[in-house]
Amino acid sequence: MIPDDSVGLVKPQIFTFSKDQPFQLESGATLQPVDVAYETYGRLNADRSNAILIDHALSGSAHAAGYHTLDQDDPKPGWWDNCIGPGKAFDTNRFFVICSNVLGSCYGSSGPSSLNPATGQPYGLNFPVVTIGDMVRAQVKLIDHLGIDQLLCVAGGSMGGMQVLEWAAHHPQRLKAAIPIATTSRHSPMLIALSEVGRQAIYADPYWNRGDYYLSDHKPDAGLAVARMVGHITYLSDESMHQKFGRRLKDIEQYGYEFETEFEIESYLKYNGHNFTRRFDANSYLYVTKAMDYFDLCAVHGSVAAAFADSTHIKFLVVSFTSDWLYPSYHSKELVSALHAAEADVTYLDIKSSWGHDAFLLEVETMTNLLGSFLGRLGREEAVALPEPEAEPNLTETNATPSAISA
Amino acid sequence: MMLRSDLQSITELIPNGSKVLDLGCGDGALLEYLVQKKQVRGRGIELSEAGVLACVKRGLSVRQGDLEEGLADYPDASFDYVILSQTLPYVDNPDRIVREMLRVGRQGIVSFSNWGYWRCRLHLLLTGRIPQAPDLPQPWYAAPRWQAFTITDFSRFCRQQNFSIDRQIYLAGAQPCTYSKFKNLLATTAIFALGNGSLPPPAAHQ
Repeated sequence: MIPDDSVGLVKPQIFTFSKDQPFQLESGATLQPVDVAYETYGRLNADRSNAILIDHALSGSAHAAGYHTLDQDDPKPGWWDNCIGPGKAFDTNRFFVICSNVLGSCYGSSGPSSLNPATGQPYGLNFPVVTIGDMVRAQVKLIDHLGIDQLLCVAGGSMGGMQVLEWAAHHPQRLKAAIPIATTSRHSPMLIALSEVGRQAIYADPYWNRGDYYLSDHKPDAGLAVARMVGHITYLSDESMHQKFGRRLKDIEQYGYEFETEFEIESYLKYNGHNFTRRFDANSYLYVTKAMDYFDLCAVHGSVAAAFADSTHIKFLVVSFTSDWLYPSYHSKELVSALHAAEADVTYLDIKSSWGHDAFLLEVETMTNLLGSFLGRLGREEAVALPEPEAEPNLTETNATPSAISA
Repeated sequence: MMLRSDLQSITELIPNGSKVLDLGCGDGALLEYLVQKKQVRGRGIELSEAGVLACVKRGLSVRQGDLEEGLADYPDASFDYVILSQTLPYVDNPDRIVREMLRVGRQGIVSFSNWGYWRCRLHLLLTGRIPQAPDLPQPWYAAPRWQAFTITDFSRFCRQQNFSIDRQIYLAGAQPCTYSKFKNLLATTAIFALGNGSLPPPAAHQ
């Protein structure tokens, strides 16, 4: 049963570009052709001014809202479904919402698990290393393809927030507002260190085989699971672990004095680590974390303020969370200071939360209030017209048609 | 759109189309009024999450943070007016905040409760207890801490710091206080428009 405030059944789509001409990457390498998987929710209005791009985090996909299937008893909605839908913060009655999968990932966009046209085999480590800048330039191609000159807004948390900042700094004329959440304008040494622990766990798995495992019976699941466990710890907080797990034991009354899983927190990490190996590719984990580590707007421009010198027309909503130790609030405050120095229009809130980095997906009430108010203001100030009323459902929809299929 | 009388008096000091920064802007009532009625380019700094959320709901651009750290980000003379409404008694470093206001703004507007008001004096004399601010009643032990001062104290402070006092407005309750000779006795609230002496006051944008 699909709830009333859901965008309903949605179909992922693929946009392919650079079929004839190679796509130039920041590293100097090229990619040809390039696939970008994306989904859209809501409808574009007559003057194409109501489009909002959502950027996903490390392990996310283009599936931000709605359902792919109703077959299962308990179908799982998209990753930001509680904020995208009719009447929600990103109100699909008003806005046309787009989400695309990043380059290097494994959910339909070109990445190390894609087939290399030169060999007919999966790329593996022959896939070129991509950057946040490359990911965003692929999104620019998608927006061009959808016939949108200027996005009303680009929003995203964590690595999604880095893409938002990349849009604002390097494609400022293509957006009117930016919502970077729980993110940074440059990956800190601590973040690089944590990425590297995850990557080392994958390298150490004998089944990784220097990235060449797609045709083998074994994948580097053990390594990827450890990488994910480290990740999960960094998304929580000391306080949220106390609240969620405490020192509770799992299915036993007393310590067994052995090396089985005993504490609930251990069981949680093991379960999530294992689960992750069924939905994510180990090589993609290497590529996407590497892209995050390279992200540094300061190095490119000399200072963060200089990076946003041409972005003063953009309205920024910067959000951080008090218990986020992965992207601590000081990252966002530095960004806000730089934006103020560039005399940009900035709203900033450090939301009080005990959920750690995960708060950006969990503090639904405050986020809905904040995002809803900010987007309401944008709609008023930019005089964004509502989309035309929905036509009869068109069941012969093709990939080129930028509209969601609503149930 | 109705504003408290002290806020109304502040709006009268601000010409249309100015660039305004409101320090400790609370729920944004003053800033929204200035944006809508006077077409100012308004910005705010506010410490409380509830205040920031209320401001965003009003469509305002506000940053959460304390005043000192917020002010430090702005270039010199980046605003025509910087407002500090009923906040000065609560800040840790009043002299530093006012100096920073006058660096970031061409003019600073400071409003405050006058503890020199005759009822306050009488209260201390007769009861031996520290009076609460005439218009913001709050006991001495409750957070946030406040520092009582009078119109005479503030005038002396401005002279010591070489700030120019460009305009002064005195209120007795909601009414203008016209007996300026006895303002420190009769006014409950004072509003000062200050300059830092080095910059000409902002030009009107009418």
